[in-house]
Amino acid sequence: MDFLVNILEQGLIFGIMVLGVYITYKLLDFPDLSVDGTFPLGACITASAMVSGLNPWIATILAFIGGSMAGAITGFLHVKLRITNLLSGILVMTGVYSINLRIMGKANVALFQQNTIFTSGISIIMVLLVLTIIIKILLDLFLKTKLGFLLNAVGDNPVLVTSIGLDIGKVKFLGLALSNGLVALAGSIMAQYQGFSDVGMGTGVIVMGLASIIIGEMVFKKLPLILPTTIALLGSILYKASTAFALRMGLPATDLKLITAIIVIGILAIYGKGISLPWKKRNRGGASLVATTKSI
Amino acid sequence: MVGKRRLLAIVIMLLMAVVLWGCSSGEEASNDEGNKKVVQDDEIFKIGISQLAEHPALDGSREGFIDGLASKGFIDGDNISIDFQNAQGDIPTTQLIAQNLVSQEMDMIFAIATPAAQSAFNTTKEIPILITAVTDPVEAGLADSWESSNTNVTGTSDATPVKEQFALLQELVPKASKVGIIYNTSEVNSEIQVEKATEVAEELGIEIISSGVTNANEIPQALDALVEKVDVLYIPTDNLVASSMPLIVNKTNEKNIPVIGAERAHVEAGALATEGIDYYELGFQTGLMAVEIINGKEPTELPVSTMEEYKLIINEDSAQILKINIPESLKEKGELIKGGTAS
Repeated sequence: MDFLVNILEQGLIFGIMVLGVYITYKLLDFPDLSVDGTFPLGACITASAMVSGLNPWIATILAFIGGSMAGAITGFLHVKLRITNLLSGILVMTGVYSINLRIMGKANVALFQQNTIFTSGISIIMVLLVLTIIIKILLDLFLKTKLGFLLNAVGDNPVLVTSIGLDIGKVKFLGLALSNGLVALAGSIMAQYQGFSDVGMGTGVIVMGLASIIIGEMVFKKLPLILPTTIALLGSILYKASTAFALRMGLPATDLKLITAIIVIGILAIYGKGISLPWKKRNRGGASLVATTKSI
Repeated sequence: MVGKRRLLAIVIMLLMAVVLWGCSSGEEASNDEGNKKVVQDDEIFKIGISQLAEHPALDGSREGFIDGLASKGFIDGDNISIDFQNAQGDIPTTQLIAQNLVSQEMDMIFAIATPAAQSAFNTTKEIPILITAVTDPVEAGLADSWESSNTNVTGTSDATPVKEQFALLQELVPKASKVGIIYNTSEVNSEIQVEKATEVAEELGIEIISSGVTNANEIPQALDALVEKVDVLYIPTDNLVASSMPLIVNKTNEKNIPVIGAERAHVEAGALATEGIDYYELGFQTGLMAVEIINGKEPTELPVSTMEEYKLIINEDSAQILKINIPESLKEKGELIKGGTAS
């Protein structure tokens, strides 16, 4: 039971990061690599804010603001200086690393002595569930506003946005700031959850984020009325579960990454066509009947 | 058609599973044996090992720990069971591993490297945690003081005798006035050593030129810039730099710059000499502490210790290439080894 709760906890924390990646990768069609830098940025800001005595919730909000600023820089590089999207992200990711070290003053800060958002007495999983669901609902509501629709349109049909006389650059700017704010928020929560902040925390975060989105989409897209943000969260939990099960299998410790990959391949091989409700019969059209039915 | 594809997928999955289990069948068998023993005897002591990454120094720590236990008659699969997990360099995974070990009700956790130790401490405040390859457990928030942790943590620190190492450096290269240090800025252990080295060097009137890197690909460039400016290169116990020793030695030998290491593996890989630590020995020492805890002591009763005795190790091949005469007094005191260099 504890085992499943732990998966859910980490899945939710990384889920907030995946929501951020979802905004750039799916809505803006912008592969944003700055995430690898902004995730530890959130952790570092929170760590040094908490060590200097700030309330943990304020420290967490500061992380969101810091992340948004880093995201805005990615936007500035891309929109104003016309650097390609990949390189803008890489530049910010690279630069932020040094800033992270500056913020903390060293590579690793322990937070065991500090009050965190989890020391309120409420169980960790409850705090995380409430926090993640609030963030998800806020994001859902935001995406339904005019600005939210614009965000979506920039990725799908940039010409349309320009033709109604709006500036794509501004929308991208906003999307990147929001996305990296969420990623830094996840980093901040992760640092408080694991009791320390380390500048090496961000390695591979973008890979995890993209994998979660794609797994979530392939497995859950057929469920009726499911929102993309829910898919992102479920994908994150599923990806974390893969690592956790790989650890549990008792195979040689050196094979962890390979086994994680194989479990993910397995999930996609079996459910890759999407889980659909059993009572919902597939409508098979004439074309598919002709293609799949054997001739007599 | 969909049905066929799904069937195929399941068959492939099964095949993979069989192949994987085949690879580990030996271990599986020993696990079964261990489980049988558990049924017979509830007293069997379960140790979970959480290691941050694969790396010669960290692997050495683990081997030393297991041998240390064995030297007192505690053998894996016999009267204790050891579950080894490795995060393969991914810090969030150390958290999953720690939670895993705690939910499997281990009697003791052995954590190798700072993030692994911090994750374990974050997960449990009851199960005894033995640590190694943590340079400063107080700084890492794991212990209140070196003498008594006041927590469920104890173990060994890989703090190196920077002062002795610089004395050795001056003895071998008397005219050295500028010493270069290359280290990974993400490793808090390395930062502590660089700070200490700067302090020691200042007293000796030596100038330190340090160069920070963040991944293995940055080392050649950083090194090229550094070797132009320094007389000697000093290597801290840095995970990243340790894995790149062959490259470092090649470059420094070209420029005739001696390398002073901080641990045995550095010299084995071609550094000129060290008066330093040996991760295997340190792990062994931690294993002996584990035995005391198995026998009923509390972690608070055992102070966090450093290497009991530092070893002087000199690489003869490197000395020859660099045309450095090793003083007879050092030769008698230290251990002479060969190898690690290209020629």
